[in-house]
Amino acid sequence: MLRIALQAVFVVAVGGLLLYLVDNVVSNMERLGIPTGFDYLKQPAGFAIPDSDFSSAQSLGDALIVGVQNTLKVSLLGIVLATILGAAVGVARLSTNWLVRRAAALYVETFRNIPVLVIILFWYLGVVLRLPPISEAFEISGLTVVSNRGLVIPWFDQVGGGLAFAFFVLFGLGAAGTVWYWRTRRFDRTGQPHHRLLWAGGLLVVIVTIGFFATGSPWAVETPELGERSTTGGFRLSPEYAALLIGLTIYTASHIAEIVRGAILAVPRGQTEAANAVGLSGFQRLRLVVLPQAFRIAVPPVANQYLNLMKNSSLGIAISYYELTKITRVSIAQQAPAVQAVLLLMAIYLAISLAIALVTNLVNRRLSLKGQR
Amino acid sequence: MTTQVDTLEPLPLPEGPPERRLPPRQWVRENLFGSAFDSVLTVVFGLFLAWAAYRVGKFVFVDADWEIIERNLTTLMVGGFPRDELWRVWAALFVLAASLGFGAGAIGVQRRREVEEGRAEPAPKGLAARRLAPVVILVSVLLWFSGSLENLVLVLAIAGVGVIFNVVGRRTPRRLERYVPLLVLAGILIAFLVIVAFGGIKWNAWGGFMLTIFLAVGGILMSFPIGVLLALGRRSSLPAVRIVCTAYIELIRGVPLVAIIFMAVFMLGFVFPEGVERPDNVVRVLVAFVVFTSAYVAEIVRGGLQSVPAAQVEAAQALGLSPYRTTRRIVLPQALRSVIPGLVGQFISLYKDTSLVFIVGMAELLTVAENITKQPDFIAQGLIVETLLFASFIYWTGSYWMSRESQRLERRLGLGER
Repeated sequence: MLRIALQAVFVVAVGGLLLYLVDNVVSNMERLGIPTGFDYLKQPAGFAIPDSDFSSAQSLGDALIVGVQNTLKVSLLGIVLATILGAAVGVARLSTNWLVRRAAALYVETFRNIPVLVIILFWYLGVVLRLPPISEAFEISGLTVVSNRGLVIPWFDQVGGGLAFAFFVLFGLGAAGTVWYWRTRRFDRTGQPHHRLLWAGGLLVVIVTIGFFATGSPWAVETPELGERSTTGGFRLSPEYAALLIGLTIYTASHIAEIVRGAILAVPRGQTEAANAVGLSGFQRLRLVVLPQAFRIAVPPVANQYLNLMKNSSLGIAISYYELTKITRVSIAQQAPAVQAVLLLMAIYLAISLAIALVTNLVNRRLSLKGQR
Repeated sequence: MTTQVDTLEPLPLPEGPPERRLPPRQWVRENLFGSAFDSVLTVVFGLFLAWAAYRVGKFVFVDADWEIIERNLTTLMVGGFPRDELWRVWAALFVLAASLGFGAGAIGVQRRREVEEGRAEPAPKGLAARRLAPVVILVSVLLWFSGSLENLVLVLAIAGVGVIFNVVGRRTPRRLERYVPLLVLAGILIAFLVIVAFGGIKWNAWGGFMLTIFLAVGGILMSFPIGVLLALGRRSSLPAVRIVCTAYIELIRGVPLVAIIFMAVFMLGFVFPEGVERPDNVVRVLVAFVVFTSAYVAEIVRGGLQSVPAAQVEAAQALGLSPYRTTRRIVLPQALRSVIPGLVGQFISLYKDTSLVFIVGMAELLTVAENITKQPDFIAQGLIVETLLFASFIYWTGSYWMSRESQRLERRLGLGER
């Protein structure tokens, strides 16, 4: 009885406080003549977004969608790059080579202890914007154009009918999957080395190559051409995108490296010794015994770093990269009601966070030992 | 049976494997040129590191134009703080040195007693010097840039006060030791009052590195009690309390700090009833940091609460302690001891995250570092690299120093070894 009374008092107190605050907000907004609904999302935006097809006549809601796309664009690529760099540095920290070990430690200790915003600003103001202007842009072996308008890299360009080729790719994937399955089954039955990656990958490459030439080379690599005041062709990374991506990657990689190092060290020594005792080579020991166990330990904290990276992408606002936060800020400057805009911003980030957490939880559940929870 | 008494003597601590000292030639061969691949790595990394060191060294000592830092050092440290009130800052530093020196002394006594009772190993020689090195380097660099004898004297006096109170702290009577944390907290509060009280410095006068420290220290001190309550609430047996606390924690943790700062800056004005004065931006941002950090502190404390064995609670119940006294006397003391390193880690994050107020244009260290490059004397000279390097240096030394201290503390508390 007392428990129920206590909870009732607590709920009434929290609910009452929330209601009081919401009531204050609503009455303040009405007094100032600010709309209280979410209809403002249909208003024309009144601003353009660089590096997109978005025009200022489109609605604020559409602008937010572009913002979500840009947030995801930098977060997902950042996650991939930070994982690669972080894993490499983490393994390097345990190298038997003294110099490599020390260099990796220097990297980690330097970037872990500087605010990520400082790193991003440094790359943007100190490096990317100081590249030569487009009229003096330099090319790297004719493939990449570098200037303070960004980095232009070669990209694929579709020149012919793609449907037949797409069919070949699908067929290749299906065949590779079948072969993978067959090699695994054979390995399970006989215990002979499966080399399934080699078999399936090789088959895929062969089929796709045949298809590529059989359908008359439907894709070509297009290199950027440097003109008077602009470049044509290729894929352009804007200076803001490049700086944000590099900053987030470098910072997050330093954290992932520490996690990877800790995870490898957490694998009991007996495992390594047992692997040596059954005569595995150094690479086999790492690939078959140490890394799978280290991976299992590292997944939850690394997933946390992925979430941090996604949330830190909101720092794009400091260098005018038009992700969610920047677009919200600009919308508020364009008379969008601040309260709704900020609440919506938080809701969207929460949704993205939950989506990432969902994926990583699935991976974690698959990897965790059966019988433990 | 009398032989059992002997086993109560402290056992000698186990010795680690003997250290291997190799002659230099062999060391180089083993550690740098173990195999062909190793040799290639050594050469490639060696060349790269040498090149990087040369470039950085050349920039810092030859190419960089540090005049912008020399002339703006006061602004970088205190922002727009009224210059004829600067004595307040110095006085606050004296108070801080006294209370921190006192606290360090009192901890030193406890530590020495542990060593004497055989519960801990004596500290290796030169540890104190190594521990203080980052602070000494930071202060020396700042003094170098300021180039003023007056500041040097003041800093030496502050260090002297710290040493004196350290000696005082070492003489704390044992029965008063439990009040040491309170005394240190009181010292921090007095330092704050010295700056704002008596003649009143307005909120918007805070700036520079001082604002950074204020936001970080104020943020963690205010988040701590809220975080502990949230953690207890999340583990409460009352479902309503548990759901509300869990919802708060997860909501805040799923959202970037920038969004919460936005909320404080753009929305906080709306939640007060008509007629109430709207708080200044410094207060708003502090609220944002507290809202944000308390959720993370709650998760750290929850980890500590979970590490307390269930048998402790059962034993307390068996003794007839009330739930409140069980939590207050049995669970919390053990839990909080084990979360100290985690809290230091959170403080480091907060210290680095204070740079985010740059986004709403408040004059903390990073904002000042960016703004001074737009002064008429320095504009369009590309001095942003110098100022950002200077800011990074300050952030880096503080954060590196604290993370080292936290690792030491972790080892000392023997966490993860229980």
